[in-house]
Amino acid sequence: MSLLGLSLRNILHKPLRTTLSLILFALGVGLIALLFLINSQLQEKFDKNLASIDLVIGAKGSPLQLILNSMYHIDAPTGNIPIQEAQAFLRPGHPLIETAIPLSIGDSYRAHRIVGTQPEILELYEARLAEGKMWESPMEVVVGAAAAANLDLKLGDTFNSSHGLIQDDDLIHSDAPLFKVTGILEPSGAVLDQLILTATPSVWLVHDHEEADEDHDHAAETDLAAMMQKPLHEFTDQSITSILIRFKGRNFQALNMQRNINENTNLQAATPAIEINRLYAMLGVGADALRTLAMVIVLVSGLSIFISLYASLKDRKYELALMRVMGASPAKIIALILTEGILMAVLGYLLGTGLSHLSMEVLGSRMKDAYQYSFTGFAWVQEEAWLLAGAIAIGFVAAIIPAIQAGKTDISTTLSEG
Amino acid sequence: MLETTSLRYAYPGQEVIAFPDLNFDKGQHGLILGQSGSGKTTLLHLLGGLLTPRQGAVTVNGVNISALPASRLDQFRGRNIGIIFQRAHFIGSLSVGENLILAQHLAGLKPDWDRVAELLGRLNLSHKIKSAPDQLSIGEQQRVAIARAIINHPSVILADEPTSALDDHNAMDVIHLLEEQAASVQATLLVVTHDSRLKNKFPLQIQL
Repeated sequence: MSLLGLSLRNILHKPLRTTLSLILFALGVGLIALLFLINSQLQEKFDKNLASIDLVIGAKGSPLQLILNSMYHIDAPTGNIPIQEAQAFLRPGHPLIETAIPLSIGDSYRAHRIVGTQPEILELYEARLAEGKMWESPMEVVVGAAAAANLDLKLGDTFNSSHGLIQDDDLIHSDAPLFKVTGILEPSGAVLDQLILTATPSVWLVHDHEEADEDHDHAAETDLAAMMQKPLHEFTDQSITSILIRFKGRNFQALNMQRNINENTNLQAATPAIEINRLYAMLGVGADALRTLAMVIVLVSGLSIFISLYASLKDRKYELALMRVMGASPAKIIALILTEGILMAVLGYLLGTGLSHLSMEVLGSRMKDAYQYSFTGFAWVQEEAWLLAGAIAIGFVAAIIPAIQAGKTDISTTLSEG
Repeated sequence: MLETTSLRYAYPGQEVIAFPDLNFDKGQHGLILGQSGSGKTTLLHLLGGLLTPRQGAVTVNGVNISALPASRLDQFRGRNIGIIFQRAHFIGSLSVGENLILAQHLAGLKPDWDRVAELLGRLNLSHKIKSAPDQLSIGEQQRVAIARAIINHPSVILADEPTSALDDHNAMDVIHLLEEQAASVQATLLVVTHDSRLKNKFPLQIQL
């Protein structure tokens, strides 16, 4: 019958007395752990998807919206930009630009975005094909790993896209040509996992088709091969949503380029790192408030552990005196009560973190659609170790006064009263 | 074996109580009689090292326990002195068997389930080994308390009013067992009581 065993038995013996403390503690710890989990996973996803993109160019509007939409595929587009205006950035040989990836966003297939772009986007995100090949003509798509799994898409499968970014049966482009899966990507952990990639002209085809339905024959299809050959910046009558840009080097000129675009053109340029930091700062206030609330709950539960231990001393005075009679030293009695306090805190911690991982898993499956990332409840963060240390400390502090009180119990007086 | 010399004790703000000198041999059984308030329990607590005398000494097995440092005293008591109280109390969260194991553990001895089983068997309590203590009748509880007092083969067993909460039948049962079990471990048995039913049970009697 070890000290730890006896403490555990004592805690479990009066479950009602400890339940409230445990639930409170679990709630507080769980909330903090959940915040850590969400924060670490969001931050990880955000950072991973920065993909060393230096600048995003798109239509005027909120720079944060432009970044969220173009890089994280969360928000709606700020609008479209005519290729004619963006020509300078798309044309090869720009002195400052190393890579420029055009994006056309606006259609989706069962809540997964279809993005018209160029094959180089794979290099930007360091993604690789798991099977199949890249698209060679319009209407061929390469599907991200998670999207393929969710939508049960395999090589050779075909589907109709739907207008807009949410699933809506009324908005399906049912008259447009079908998309066909030619490749599936390896999982990368980045946003590409959730996307359906295709050549930029595919998106135009879907929409041109509908506009041209009545007064145009289908001769366009014979031009498909030609469309793929023609460099994007020569489609002067078309538009795209945005351009992801990686600079050759971050020099003064490159920094100036953003200001230039914003001041002198109808386009908008935004720096991902700055916007994301702004987002963190905005979310941070809410997270801080929640964390403070959780801390208060943990402290209150610490207080309730203290009260429950202190109250239990009254009932157990005789038991403790009895243990002294049987040979236990005051130090042993103190250790017993301390162990009970710490054990309660650790049990609360285990319950709380268990709860937080479970809710992360449940929440994650819901957040997936909203954030275009998969979250998991089965990832651990380093902060949880600190949380355990904190829990043990709170258990210790809550138990120290009752423990000393118990150690000072006068055996003779107690037994005479008993 | 158990010896006291000019033992005196005083509760704060009260008169000093002086106790007669006692001298019991190994294996001897004795009764200490006295009315309530005569200091019976105080004497028992002094003998068990639960109180430190104001004056005089208690010697158990040749060791002056009044002079032992606190930590040594706790251990000495756990190993050498078994105490039974008017009403048996147990660690409520543990079973009967575990309470006995705890007595061994706290005395610094190895847990010995065979000994626990054997003792409970002798006291006709084998079937209660896994019961919670509060499920036992008062008589049964007092029998378990006897088992707990003798489990570590103490040299002295002190019993404070062990029968006063029991009916005649149970009282005789308990006192009989107490004598029998004390004899089985050759311990000195000292019963402190005002229970007149026990008067003719012990030849050696001391009146306070």
